[in-house]
Amino acid sequence: MAAKPRDLAAAGDADSAAEVVRRRRLRGRNLAVAGVLLALVVLFYVITLVRMGGG
Amino acid sequence: MTDTTVTDTKLPVTSQAAAASAADYFALLKPRVMTLVVFTGFAGLVVAPGHLHPVLALTAILCIAVGAGAAGAINMWYDRDIDAVMTRTRGRPLPQGRIEPDDALAFGVVLSVGAVLLMGLAVNWVAGALLALASAFYVFVYTIWLKRRTPQNIVIGGAAGAFPPMIGWAAVTGDVALSSVLLFLLIFMWTPPHFWALALFRSGDYQRAGVPMLPVVAGAAETKRQMLVYTLLLLPLAVAPWYVGLAGPVYLTGAVVLGSLFVACAIRVLCDRTDRSAKQMFGFSILYLFLLFALLIGERIVTQAFT
Repeated sequence: MAAKPRDLAAAGDADSAAEVVRRRRLRGRNLAVAGVLLALVVLFYVITLVRMGGG
Repeated sequence: MTDTTVTDTKLPVTSQAAAASAADYFALLKPRVMTLVVFTGFAGLVVAPGHLHPVLALTAILCIAVGAGAAGAINMWYDRDIDAVMTRTRGRPLPQGRIEPDDALAFGVVLSVGAVLLMGLAVNWVAGALLALASAFYVFVYTIWLKRRTPQNIVIGGAAGAFPPMIGWAAVTGDVALSSVLLFLLIFMWTPPHFWALALFRSGDYQRAGVPMLPVVAGAAETKRQMLVYTLLLLPLAVAPWYVGLAGPVYLTGAVVLGSLFVACAIRVLCDRTDRSAKQMFGFSILYLFLLFALLIGERIVTQAFT
């Protein structure tokens, strides 16, 4: 039996809503990884300065 | 000894795994456990004789936190089957299917190795080796070997959680001293009554999951008796930092008062047939360790400021 147009539209809405959530979470994850990497760069730089300075 | 494995647990479909958020990965690090680990590690750093540059001290704390969290992530990867059947843990990202098991394992291993390498290279290799030992002990000895086999799992496995003050100490001095071993023993002896208090009011959970915690295997009465024994042994041990000159009179007073209250909690649990006292003792056990190390840190900072 063929699905009614309204059911298909509802399924499409649900899919796109899930996709929006997925993309939002992925962007959040990417930003978190970027933040961690940046923090590590700064930390390694400061550690190097301290170690080279005899700290 | 019993050997228990949950094999036929149906895990949720992992279609949501691609949508795992940064918060899900952060949850893998067991942030609440990490708080106490960081605090006791910081105590080791503060009370150790000598000086460590603040940046390196911060790095050491970061490595302890990440190393402990990474071991927690590997623990969640290994225990995802039993976590799915326990009320307390079924909301975790792995049983919920929000993170793929392989991703969780890779996350834990990379962070674990990274934390040890950073500790070794930036601070010193004694602290790095102790961090590696603590992580390996938690994963291989506690999680994989003991947890599902013996009711003594958290007694021996508790050693993993006792390492942080030793690591903090080693970060400053580069060695392992009697005083740092005392701090290790303090947490080691605190762990059984702390965990068994939890296990008493969560015994149904552990039974369903097939984890042979002491209340499941030996019963509530025996567990309560052993909890009292450990709190009594902890009382003089908590005083030991004062005896070896690591702490002063304020700590001594606090250790005696807090230790007596901990013993009183254990006696109440022994006499109480309901779970109420066990829940209260679990809460107090966290406060006990926090206050004990806060006294150690506070007294040392005040003493240094006025001398």
